[in-house]
Amino acid sequence: MTTVDNVVADRRPEAAGAVRARPSLAARIAARTGGGAMQIFLILIALFWLMPSVGLLLSSLRSPQQIAESGWWQVFSKPAQITWDNYSQLLSNDKVMGSLLTTAAITVPATVLVVVIGSLAGYAFAWMDFPGRDGWFMVVVGLLVVPVQVALIPVAKLFGAVGLFETTAGVILFHTAFGLPFAVFLLRNFFAEIPRELLEAARLDGAGELRLFTRVVMPLGGPAIASLGIFQFLWVWNDMLVALIFADSGSPPITVALQQEVRQFGNNIDVLAPGAFVSMVVPLIVFFAFQRQFVSGVMAGAVK
Amino acid sequence: MSDVQVSKVSNQPSGNTTRNKGRKSLMGTRPWVAAVFLLPALLLLGALVVYPIVFSVYRSLFDASGDGFVGLGNYGEMFSDEGIRTALKNNIIWVVVAPTVSTALGLIFAVLTERIRWGTAFKLIVFMPMAISMLAAGIIFRLVYDQNPERGVGNAVWVGIHDTFADPAPFPGAKPRPNSGLRPSGGGAFTTTSAVRAASPANLPLVAVAPDDVRNAKPAAAAQPRPGKITGTVWLDFTRGGGGRPNVIDGNEKALAGLRIEAVKGGTVVASATTAGDGTYALPADKADGARLRLPAANFAEAYNGVDWLGPALVTPAIIGSYVWMWAGFAMVLIAAGLAGVPRELLEAARVDGAGEWQVFRRITVPLLAPVLVVVLVTLMINVLKIFDLVYIVAPGSSLRSANVLALQLFQSSFGTDVDEGLGSAIAVFLLLLVLPVMYVNLRRIRKERRR
Repeated sequence: MTTVDNVVADRRPEAAGAVRARPSLAARIAARTGGGAMQIFLILIALFWLMPSVGLLLSSLRSPQQIAESGWWQVFSKPAQITWDNYSQLLSNDKVMGSLLTTAAITVPATVLVVVIGSLAGYAFAWMDFPGRDGWFMVVVGLLVVPVQVALIPVAKLFGAVGLFETTAGVILFHTAFGLPFAVFLLRNFFAEIPRELLEAARLDGAGELRLFTRVVMPLGGPAIASLGIFQFLWVWNDMLVALIFADSGSPPITVALQQEVRQFGNNIDVLAPGAFVSMVVPLIVFFAFQRQFVSGVMAGAVK
Repeated sequence: MSDVQVSKVSNQPSGNTTRNKGRKSLMGTRPWVAAVFLLPALLLLGALVVYPIVFSVYRSLFDASGDGFVGLGNYGEMFSDEGIRTALKNNIIWVVVAPTVSTALGLIFAVLTERIRWGTAFKLIVFMPMAISMLAAGIIFRLVYDQNPERGVGNAVWVGIHDTFADPAPFPGAKPRPNSGLRPSGGGAFTTTSAVRAASPANLPLVAVAPDDVRNAKPAAAAQPRPGKITGTVWLDFTRGGGGRPNVIDGNEKALAGLRIEAVKGGTVVASATTAGDGTYALPADKADGARLRLPAANFAEAYNGVDWLGPALVTPAIIGSYVWMWAGFAMVLIAAGLAGVPRELLEAARVDGAGEWQVFRRITVPLLAPVLVVVLVTLMINVLKIFDLVYIVAPGSSLRSANVLALQLFQSSFGTDVDEGLGSAIAVFLLLLVLPVMYVNLRRIRKERRR
């Protein structure tokens, strides 16, 4: 676009005044011509960005022999190669299906717990008065950036001592704890924006703290809670590291189950490719259904 | 915002000074009620986040068994152990390259898509990888980077480009027949043992040519002596079904066309030729007389197989590429949000004053976006510091050591093959130390907001 602007300016040196008077013309020309080249450029980028996922998707739709012999792009010239066999194999594979259930059994409670516990604390920090409130809140904010790696060894020992090591409950608690600093931070800031009059009116009507929390604060906090919930859901669903260490290796979540397959990468793409896609289905549905909430969660989570 | 309301004096008896700044505490909250609301969060944070920090610091001062106190010994080992030094070096590369490239691409995409009608669709495509797990992304890129050009799209494209610009070797793997007067001369080339003379054709018999490479070749013709030329034939000295005589051009033996032949005198190439369809060649005698003939290695190089993306040399840049694929969308979305807040009139005014788009971008857009860019960069740096899944999945076992990063080393030290919890704890504490500046900035920002 720069060049087009320059060309327009160069061609009419005497008409500089005219350009100044009617900037819309230059802008229109730029949008017409330069915009075309730029659109093509952007289309190429978009295709480039899609290509890796499309490659895996098409690979998942080919037979093991075809995967071994030739590239997924052969599908474009031989569409007859497409087969659902890999998927039907996968869906009848008890281990994979079980691991998806484990993933759900970890993700849902870990999300609900973070939302509930985070809301309680966020409300207390926003609207209650108690000694050392700001100090405690600073501690929570400080914990925002603590890497999970710091906790792996100590929590493994702790869980081992109390019988939570290699249990689903242990994984849930770990994810809840590490989701909390962000949850409390986000929700406290959001709850603090609730108009005081609303809360005072409810209080005058005789509502206690619990009632105030469930009937006024939680409903009003909907958008922030949705962002947090989606963020946490995707985070836990996609986690591999925590599950690798703390999950029950007998019935691991899908990420760990697939990770075990990756070690022999090459001759098992017919399992890995559809497996990866099955593991992506839920996050992608959540992503497309709740884009806005996800984006605002991501933005609030920047510098986490 | 409601924050600016004047704080009411609380009827709490406790003499807490922060309370005076706490502008919105409701009247009548008893501390025990607050404690009940806070208890679950503080318990979990205390047991699973704060206690582990303390324990890790403590544990990092002891040896692998946990009995012997070694002081800062583990930290010393961190910087002397070769494997961990590789990890440190790679982490530095990661922290410098990955956030910068992601942010730069995010900025470019955000600015370019701003005025495009289908900008939202573009953003969705680039942002989507953020929703999937690093494991899935790792599997995706394991396939992209597959060494085999028949499978990995990366090498398929690369080989395609390479073969477009460089002719593939005509006869990979071919070599001279033993006792034919041709000897290996280093680097895959072959040179004659004796010098050539114009009068007598120098025939060069080769064997070990793949049948596919000579399927359509013509029969070899014996070169005739020609005045002023050094001549000869290069052919496949092999008769199908047997019966051929060694070093003699028999009836059905195939010509090797398109081979490059160099005449070498005292180490320098004085003339060169390429064999014709019938395998013959001719070199100018005035230059080449008395030279030795060389068949350069380019004739016999194995077919170009592309880049070894996941080999020890390129594995880290390759994995960083997959990270950028995942996270450029994050940068783009945040920067686009910042861009929406840039006043249109400012940009228009600059354009009207004759500033080109590049100048507008460079002098106005980027400076106005600087705070957002810093947030994006810092967020990505923290994220990259802890990178684990992608490296663990994308790097094949053979180059895992070359791709090592701190979080991976921590995992291996603590839960993998080389169990040393002291060392693992030291790495964990080191990672924590690296994010402390960001923690400090966060706290300062909060305190400032509190003072409003």
